[in-house]
Amino acid sequence: MPPKTMFEKIWDSHVVSAEPGKPTVLYVDLHLVHEVTSAQAFDGLRMAGRKVRRTDLTVATVDHNVPTWDRALPVTDEISKKQLDAMKRNAEEFGITFFDIRSAQQGIVHVIGPELGYTQPGKLIVCGDSHTSTHGAFGAFAMPIGTTQVEHVLATQCLVQSGIKSMEIRVNDRLPRGVTAKDLILGIIGQIGVDGGIGYVVEYTGEAVRSLSMAGRITVCNMSIEAGARAGMIAPDETTFEYLRGRPQVPQGKDYDAIVQQWRQLPSDPGATYDKVVEIDANALAPFVTWGTNPGMVASVVDKVPDPASFATDTERAATERALKYMGLEPNIPIQEIKLDRVFIGSCTNSRIEDLRAAAEIVKGRKAHPDIYAMVVPGSTTVKREAEEEGLDVIFKEAGFDWREAGCSMCLGMNPDILQPGERCASTSNRNFEGRQGPGGRTHLVSPQMAAAAAIAGHFVDIRDWE
Amino acid sequence: MEPFVKVTGIVAPLDRVNVDTDQIIPALYLKRIEKTGFGEFLFNAWRKLPDGSPNPDFELNNPAYNGSTILVTRRNFGSGSSREHAVWALHDYGFRTVIAPSFANIFHKNCFENGLAPVILPEDVIADIMAKAKAANGYKLTVDLEAQEIYDEQGLSVSFVVHAEPEVNEFRRYCLLNGLDEIGLTLQIEDKIAAYEASRWGKSFTPARNAPLEARP
Repeated sequence: MPPKTMFEKIWDSHVVSAEPGKPTVLYVDLHLVHEVTSAQAFDGLRMAGRKVRRTDLTVATVDHNVPTWDRALPVTDEISKKQLDAMKRNAEEFGITFFDIRSAQQGIVHVIGPELGYTQPGKLIVCGDSHTSTHGAFGAFAMPIGTTQVEHVLATQCLVQSGIKSMEIRVNDRLPRGVTAKDLILGIIGQIGVDGGIGYVVEYTGEAVRSLSMAGRITVCNMSIEAGARAGMIAPDETTFEYLRGRPQVPQGKDYDAIVQQWRQLPSDPGATYDKVVEIDANALAPFVTWGTNPGMVASVVDKVPDPASFATDTERAATERALKYMGLEPNIPIQEIKLDRVFIGSCTNSRIEDLRAAAEIVKGRKAHPDIYAMVVPGSTTVKREAEEEGLDVIFKEAGFDWREAGCSMCLGMNPDILQPGERCASTSNRNFEGRQGPGGRTHLVSPQMAAAAAIAGHFVDIRDWE
Repeated sequence: MEPFVKVTGIVAPLDRVNVDTDQIIPALYLKRIEKTGFGEFLFNAWRKLPDGSPNPDFELNNPAYNGSTILVTRRNFGSGSSREHAVWALHDYGFRTVIAPSFANIFHKNCFENGLAPVILPEDVIADIMAKAKAANGYKLTVDLEAQEIYDEQGLSVSFVVHAEPEVNEFRRYCLLNGLDEIGLTLQIEDKIAAYEASRWGKSFTPARNAPLEARP
């Protein structure tokens, strides 16, 4: 047999139907559902008199719309409440597992999948959310889908796909001290561009990737979509197996040993070829800060805001000018002189217990800068509980940070956590698009460590110099 | 789904690269549980000034583009969030087709699900159409999906695809032309799905079924 990539192995084992001239029909092992992209899909099922084909492979929660204030308080936004109620009603009517707003396991769909062990190597996972690529960190093929496809998967448990190419991004050597998984992925997007991954499933390989924790791998795969990729994935290894051992949905005892044996077959075979290979030197990476309005507009913390005149084409110059105007930044000012109003630590990119520990280590015994309002939003109610058991909440609260309930929060501006027009925020989230964190808000993407240090200093600082 | 066969209409220009779906429809307006009514909020932050009045500097607010059904834009259109609401908003506003050098993957797929034809053309042709549309003098194009040809009254006539892969292009074009619903197509092979399910559990690479888990405290 010719050598196969991990992606090819997973693809091949999920083919339900492959006919010439038609897209391939693939079987879905896990369908994650949330309130924002599912209401119209369930409506479609109802109108056609269809059922959810596999309620046992479908799991729902609420995350995008939920306020992160005290869970005992009501949801005051009537339209949000309508959407949250619709999710609950649909989950009950169609009989699918649902982690409601008051559930002990509620959280961002991409945080609870891995932490409850639903996300496993070799699975084909879909969700009506672009950051579904997150789950590829476990050696799964995890793809985002639109609402019509959500309806399609609910009705058929299948995904219709075609024409996917593969790309290897090989990260050689190790990440220097102070350079995190977030910086790695921002560096990659800066290099290949926000459309560099269009049409590709990206497999991240190399020493720097192998030495990342699961939380780090999750951050990298999560932002694959920001490079335009269809999905990102990392081969499972001992780090993966250890993370999954004992999680609620993972087989236990002998069954665990047996499934690990299957998972060991997944990594790409020696000699397997990719349609494209990109090499990255981990040593050359630094802590990164985005300065513009897409995640590819990124600079090292020791650099300056670029000058539009330095770009080669009219289109790039115009895009840079537009971005700087929106961001309220002058060309050529040092990144570390950018003063901030807000700091957000959270989102499906960086809200896991490891992220909160890393931020707390920076914050411990210090106070937030008086000009800064900083908030920490755990990715799930489970993460929040763990953090509180470790006393991280106390560290943040003593430093003057706001400690919140779990949800998507200020990553996307569709719940009460938003920036005011003109406010500037250091954010551990994934998108710095115009208005992403609220109309007129200005977002700079950074790692949890960089965000925490910025909250103390009031401006960006090089975390490598942090005492 | 409404079939897409041939559309002739005014071309509105959006001369920007990497237009993301947060711009096409901001998250604030995703809370509706219907598929309709999103057109009002299309490009909301660009179209409207903070006080809600129309922004005179935004291209689509130029009365010359009233009633336009064709949007021409630059590469990587529809990047970012998977929200299908972006396609619903474009369609609800009145666009029937978007012309660009490339589309972000999920947006591209969402177009086919809703009968919005994503027309892919080379950069130089886009530049020509963009310049003509920007003249704001009622420039019209015809997008003929049956003939896979786009043409205007000034002599432009080029063939296009809706997907870069020839085989996929043929399939997607067929579905658009006939307004085919993918769920119906897949349910035609229900026997294959059942056969796959029957053979699947117990084979290699088989993930465990979800164990029961108390969802509420």
